[in-house]
Amino acid sequence: MAGLSTRHLLGIKDLNPADIQLIFETADNFKTVLNRPIKKVPSLRDVTIANIFFENSTRTRLSFELAEKRLSADVVNFAASSSSVSKGETLIDTVNNILAMKVDMVVMRHPYAGAGIFLSKHVKAQIVNAGDGAHEHPTQALLDAFSIREKLGDVAGKKVVIVGDILHSRVALSNILCLKHLGAEVMVCGPTTLIPKYIGSLGVKVEHNLLKALNWCDVANMLRIQLERQDIKYFPSLREYTMLYGLNKQILDSLDKEIIVMHPGPINRGVEITSDVADSKQSIILDQVENGVAIRMAVLFLLAGQTP
Amino acid sequence: MQNLTLLDGQKFQITLQRLCRQLIENHNDFSESVLIGIQPRGIYLAKRIAEELRKILPEATILQGDLDITFYRDDFRRRDQLVPNQTKIDFIIENKKVIMMDDVLWTGRTIRAAMDALQAFGRPEKIELLALVDRRYSRHIPVEADYVGIEVDSIASQKVVVSWIETDGEDRITLLSDAK
Repeated sequence: MAGLSTRHLLGIKDLNPADIQLIFETADNFKTVLNRPIKKVPSLRDVTIANIFFENSTRTRLSFELAEKRLSADVVNFAASSSSVSKGETLIDTVNNILAMKVDMVVMRHPYAGAGIFLSKHVKAQIVNAGDGAHEHPTQALLDAFSIREKLGDVAGKKVVIVGDILHSRVALSNILCLKHLGAEVMVCGPTTLIPKYIGSLGVKVEHNLLKALNWCDVANMLRIQLERQDIKYFPSLREYTMLYGLNKQILDSLDKEIIVMHPGPINRGVEITSDVADSKQSIILDQVENGVAIRMAVLFLLAGQTP
Repeated sequence: MQNLTLLDGQKFQITLQRLCRQLIENHNDFSESVLIGIQPRGIYLAKRIAEELRKILPEATILQGDLDITFYRDDFRRRDQLVPNQTKIDFIIENKKVIMMDDVLWTGRTIRAAMDALQAFGRPEKIELLALVDRRYSRHIPVEADYVGIEVDSIASQKVVVSWIETDGEDRITLLSDAK
């Protein structure tokens, strides 16, 4: 039977629509597994996976680790802050040393764009990108689209607006590519300084007025302002940003339809989204987290199944 | 491929009827028993048996579910990509007698995986196996069926295919051989 068209998951760029459908259908099955009394299956019992995180993460790392454990894989964790990387070891050396200990797959997060692609060309293991700089975060995009599909029945034809720091966001790029693959209409919304100049070439609409964007959409994905990646000021103050682009209950209630609110986390409550919206019925933030494990199980299962 | 029909028409129906009566002999009104079809092809057998049992025992509640074993197979990463099917068990199997059903029993490996998969749903009192076709003398592990439709002597290069009215237009068991 046909599997994925790629050996690594480096970005949504490498996937075709059939791959995404296969991942979703497999994730459906894993979601039922996760609702059983015994949530573990033995599929990956002879696979060892290293989670290599050169950048901080809570959700993604926990989610990957849970997915791996529920597939019965052996897991080793590695955080750059407590490792020899701080002694000056190169990326290839670090990973090859880990692979020398017979690791089959590497899940990597790295602050530099393309780190996963670079690694995939130099080491034998299968690589899953868990976020590389401001480039891609494929599993996040897959779980976002999966959550929309779960909530609205389908992704095709739906209107999704991505609000906030598009310039520094790997979630935005992966989401745009994934949603376009699945036939959704995508709009980005934010201050001019945080929208890349050539974003239109990806086939997305651009809007600078939050209210207009929300009136247009079925789903609003609110991104975090990534202050840690901003070395210059992109807007006068956080307070001004919140006034213009923050989502609060008043704006949500003023719309003539119920839109779905998403957030990839971590939330800066009171900045891009207020607490009452984040915790409201319209928010599917925690569904996204739940689906994350099923999506990651599906990706790992389908990739691991390729090895002869 | 040379095709040899092993069972079809009225004989096929008689075999199904016999299996139903044998089940009733051991399970009475099925209040403590459930039927589980193994994906992908065993579900048609389980659905048909459940349908026949409901005709014979109109008062009884016959519970029937589908079990997918993809995640429990022992040949994952040793063959082509495996793609999972749906598991649908909307009832509790704890302390029930489970009758697993598959169309063809061959090496027995599917059944081993199915028993593993079933564990995730609880601890049944007993597990039995019903196979419509038993390919004798070809087991890789010690698994035998409690109820057998027909027994077939075959070699590894041959294939046994069960067709169903619901999906293939007719009820038939066929032995496919390599035309060498």
